[in-house]
Amino acid sequence: MKIHEYQAKELFRQSSIPVPQGGIADTAEKAVSIADDLAGFPVVVKAQIHAGGRGKGGGVKLAQSLEEVKTFAGDILGMNLVTAQTSPEGQRVKLVLVEQGLDIAKELYLSIVLDRESEKIVIMASEAGGMDIEEVAEKTPEKLIKVFVNPLLGLQAFHIREVAFGLNLSGNALNKFVLLLKNVYGLFVKCDCTLLEINPLIVTTDDHVIALDAKVNFDPNALFRHQGILPYRDIDEEDPLEVEASAHNLNYITLDGNIGNMVNGAGLAMATMDIIKLAGAEPANFLDVGGGANAEMVENGFRIILKDKNVKGVLINIFGGILRCDILAKGVVEAVGKVGIKVPVVIRMEGTNVEEGRKILAESGLNLVTATDLKDAAEKVAAIVG
Amino acid sequence: MSIFADKNSKVLVQGITGKEGRFHTSQCVAYGTNVVAGVTPTKGGQDIDGIPVYNTVKEAKKATGVNCSMIFVPPPFAADAIVEAAEAGIGLIIAITEGVPLLDMMRVKNYLANFECRLIGPNCPGIITPGECKIGIMPGKIHKPGGPIGVVSRSGTLTYEVVHQLTNQGIGQTTCIGIGGDPVTGTSFIDCLDAFEKDPETKGVVMVGEIGGNAEETAAEFIHDNMTKPVVGFIAGITAPPGRRMGHAGAIISGSGGAAQTKIDAFKESGVHVCENLGVLGELCAEVLC
Repeated sequence: MKIHEYQAKELFRQSSIPVPQGGIADTAEKAVSIADDLAGFPVVVKAQIHAGGRGKGGGVKLAQSLEEVKTFAGDILGMNLVTAQTSPEGQRVKLVLVEQGLDIAKELYLSIVLDRESEKIVIMASEAGGMDIEEVAEKTPEKLIKVFVNPLLGLQAFHIREVAFGLNLSGNALNKFVLLLKNVYGLFVKCDCTLLEINPLIVTTDDHVIALDAKVNFDPNALFRHQGILPYRDIDEEDPLEVEASAHNLNYITLDGNIGNMVNGAGLAMATMDIIKLAGAEPANFLDVGGGANAEMVENGFRIILKDKNVKGVLINIFGGILRCDILAKGVVEAVGKVGIKVPVVIRMEGTNVEEGRKILAESGLNLVTATDLKDAAEKVAAIVG
Repeated sequence: MSIFADKNSKVLVQGITGKEGRFHTSQCVAYGTNVVAGVTPTKGGQDIDGIPVYNTVKEAKKATGVNCSMIFVPPPFAADAIVEAAEAGIGLIIAITEGVPLLDMMRVKNYLANFECRLIGPNCPGIITPGECKIGIMPGKIHKPGGPIGVVSRSGTLTYEVVHQLTNQGIGQTTCIGIGGDPVTGTSFIDCLDAFEKDPETKGVVMVGEIGGNAEETAAEFIHDNMTKPVVGFIAGITAPPGRRMGHAGAIISGSGGAAQTKIDAFKESGVHVCENLGVLGELCAEVLC
């Protein structure tokens, strides 16, 4: 789960991780009043959307006066901010973060991730702050400090030394960084983060170490033990169909193709999307109805798939193991009747009670195309788009 | 022959009194698996369809001599259940549970390095040695006993699809393992490939990967350097967009890697027979493996 920068900074404050003075505004007037309370100029006005690359897209402005704060906040609020990470239409900005500008002596990069390859918590840091870290890792790997922490033992003093000395910190800044890294690691573990990134982390001219930006992602599987984080979810940042699907316990992702599909199991769902592509069409979605799919889930799945106007046909691919094919067939017949489906539907079923299932489909009188296997299903899908 | 599980597996079910645990236990028993005990804290002394239930794994092991555990406990308690099994001296632990927090799994994985045990999963369908034992949630009857092919996969229903196609071609399986769809799993592709290479009955392997991580790439290297038996590989997710989690917690293409094409290329460079069309996987296997 992703959250906004201002929400991440709220968590930072609670964990004694220094962030710039500032506040959040949904109108230009509020932005001015926040700026007015800060200790002078410049003041930074930052669009709050989940996607990165906000600065390049025109979502981050440096204001030198209250008038400029008002103008910039007015411009940014309500705009559809387009960045490398948003859709081409961009993401609408509802809030701006108004913050004190600071005198920067040094810009650093700091992040912590749960690394699946090493199965360790990895701290990454670099003196090349403000840059795209994957570019740093690729072009100048020697400038990237990587420290592996065994999650059983946790962060040790020598880990912190390796990072701090690697960043060439000394004096007051060194001491402040040590404390910051302890607190950042503590927050990461306490909240089950999968990623915590501060880019840039700055050293000011008076030796303070401050998180100028903040990006935090949480493990969705661990949210059950972090009820306090749930309200940070912003569904305006998500695809409306995906939000609706998740409310029905369906695992759905919108794609930009023309063949909708409904499958049980994530791996088989991906493979089914790939088959659609091989057949010369493009998948319109990913939809895993899970192992315990019932008639209601199939119906909801149909409704969601068909809300996408690009869908020219639907492929249902179910491998009945625990889920019996006759139960599924009944669900499909019921759903097609209720939803009133106008596009061709190809159904491929296999597994437990498949004969009974096929019989139910054949006798339904509905316009359903039955496929015997995946190869056959692909050919029948191709015929729809052909 | 087989790998990891066979007719001598004496199985304990952790979470046996839950809906899923109870249902799948009965399915395993019907297949012929020797399920001798269950564990559900506070339900010790009861029985589920004749299988005695204990409060702790240690008690269950002492009373029945189980050497394998199948875990159905809900995600918040799964890490605890796995470690309890390991500490009790269970040699093979199969965690079916989906949705275990990643940090929990990282801790468990690092801790299990101290034990002589194998964890399969979590978020997996389990393991089956057709005709001998089924420790998992896969439909037993699509499998064909007697080998000669081993199957290893990160997926559930996609594995059933693959097995079904093999069986339809008349190709039996030695052992089929779902290693799980999470970013951190107990058993890796390489562990399974190594065991299949050493198993005299296994003559070839079907390996089913998907987007996310680099397990397929490291497995490809292992195959190139260590395997004499032919391997057919399939990768799901060529059409998956980057940055999106495709159902499985581990199935996500990140900036630094995990794309299907990279994995397919790694397979090809390592001499793996790549299946590009799942619809004809069975036919390809008949050609390459038999």
